[in-house]
Amino acid sequence: MKTNATSDAAGTLSTRGLLADSSAQGAGSSNLLDLMQRWLPKLVLAPTVVMTLLFIYGYVIWTGVLSLTKSRFLPNYNFVGFAQYEKLLDNDRWSVASLNIVIFGGLFILICLFIGVVMAILLDQKIRAEGSIRTVFLYPMALSFIVTGTAWKWILNPGLGLEKLLHDFGYESFQFDWLVNPDMAIYTLVIAAVWQSSGFVMALFLAGLRGVDGSIVKAAQLDGASMPMIYRRIILPHLRPVFFSAFIILSHIAIKSFDLVMALTGGGPGYATDLPATFMYVTTFSRGQIGLGSASAMMMLGVVLAILIPYLYSELRGKNNA
Amino acid sequence: MALYAVLLLAVLFYLLPLVVMLLTSLKSMADIRAGNLISWPEEFLLDAWVKAWSSACTGVSCEGVGAFFWNSFQITIPAVLISTFLGALNGYVLTKWKFRGSDIFFGLMLFGCFIPFQVVILPMAQTLGWLGLANTTTGLVFVHIVYGMAFTTLFFRNFYVSVPSELVSAAKIDGAGFFTIFWRIILPLSTPIFVVCIIWQFTQVWNDFLFGVVFSGGDTQPITVALNNLVNSSTGVKEYNVDMAAAMIAALPTLVVYVLAGKYFVRGLTAGAVKG
Repeated sequence: MKTNATSDAAGTLSTRGLLADSSAQGAGSSNLLDLMQRWLPKLVLAPTVVMTLLFIYGYVIWTGVLSLTKSRFLPNYNFVGFAQYEKLLDNDRWSVASLNIVIFGGLFILICLFIGVVMAILLDQKIRAEGSIRTVFLYPMALSFIVTGTAWKWILNPGLGLEKLLHDFGYESFQFDWLVNPDMAIYTLVIAAVWQSSGFVMALFLAGLRGVDGSIVKAAQLDGASMPMIYRRIILPHLRPVFFSAFIILSHIAIKSFDLVMALTGGGPGYATDLPATFMYVTTFSRGQIGLGSASAMMMLGVVLAILIPYLYSELRGKNNA
Repeated sequence: MALYAVLLLAVLFYLLPLVVMLLTSLKSMADIRAGNLISWPEEFLLDAWVKAWSSACTGVSCEGVGAFFWNSFQITIPAVLISTFLGALNGYVLTKWKFRGSDIFFGLMLFGCFIPFQVVILPMAQTLGWLGLANTTTGLVFVHIVYGMAFTTLFFRNFYVSVPSELVSAAKIDGAGFFTIFWRIILPLSTPIFVVCIIWQFTQVWNDFLFGVVFSGGDTQPITVALNNLVNSSTGVKEYNVDMAAAMIAALPTLVVYVLAGKYFVRGLTAGAVKG
């Protein structure tokens, strides 16, 4: 194997001490050592394998089993088939939560993608102070959703927040009560979530834009194509993979959204801003309906898989073809 | 010029919440009622910060968020170090000591990055109870290691894939063993990925709320849970300045990391995101 430059470098590196290690070992123990060396990698990986199988796959199955039982405050194993799922689909609160995740997730993903692309394109125009602007766009990603929720809860405070600010600016009639309005509260979640995550999407797109081959753009310019045309026909199609991964990440964030709701609206007013994640938490831990809560968790998993599997499938197929 | 105007507006939008938090936390309540979100404080006061740290009510107890701030460190530091180190070893095995089934295992593990945690918290709650780790910071450390490992392994695996395998095979021929190669050859090359991984894990664990609220007890809560209790407990008059000061306290460690090592933070985000 020692034919190319890299392995030569490694060879020199090893003579610094590695050789000494091996020659110091007696010949008799070398078989045992060999055996150990062969098993060592597996041994090192073993705890992770066990943990993955047990705490991820095992627990998913366990939750699945619980969702088929009558469990209330404590888990029990009186099986009732799919009764909990039927109950779930009949549950008003769950219908609200499912509708909300569609509204919240849909708007959140679309707006983030839109802002992300636009900001990335703007930042790609050889802007002065690009670095500092990027820093500002991205810092929300470092914050906890609880902090974000707390901050926006205060900004959107009916009375003392944005409303007062605009009154002071002279817009006396301005009213902003979304936070306490059951029909509008879900949109406050969208605002806060977009604020937190859109900068990150911008960063993804910016990285994608920087990867576009400059010579293709130059060639198109020589052919007389205008910049908007070049973006629409050449650059954006190049960014398709970025759109896909951004979509996957954003939908993942949306489905897992729990902290933000707890901090910003608490699921209220009433249960107007419940999402599946908060529904699962409240049902399982506050209302003592473990069976129903498990069923809702399994539904969440189902949605994630429904999005993920086609994505992974296309990714893998793409790689095999390449 | 229009370009810069749009960018300026965007910058203001992203900065607004931080500015509002900071200004509000430095005002008195009277000042807050008299002014507006971005009015300059009449007088800069640290009272709200002191109260948030040491005497604000977070649910039942009224001892501020200070103790919970330290809880978060107690949870975060061991969880980050252990999960990062395990991730490095796993990544090393999965790239340089592949065996039959190791690739399949990696695929299985990747799935762990994607599952919504709601689907594992009930069994985990019961397991922690059996182990006597319910409501302890040790329990939370354990949970964060278990569910952080998929990501740390992913980081290191993707990094080690690009380390030339000749380095390892040459060392093997020279008789170097598994750990010798790891210590002498792989680790010295790994500083950048360690930085990325530690920052990523630190942010994840520090900002976690779900595990914190489900698995911790009254005095072992992380700061995020305490902050939420402080803000959303309905007792007494709302003190927005104290809320904002507490939010700033909860945000400071990750903000500091971001400011000091933003480059690595972003690298982690994109690396973790594109694959995970």
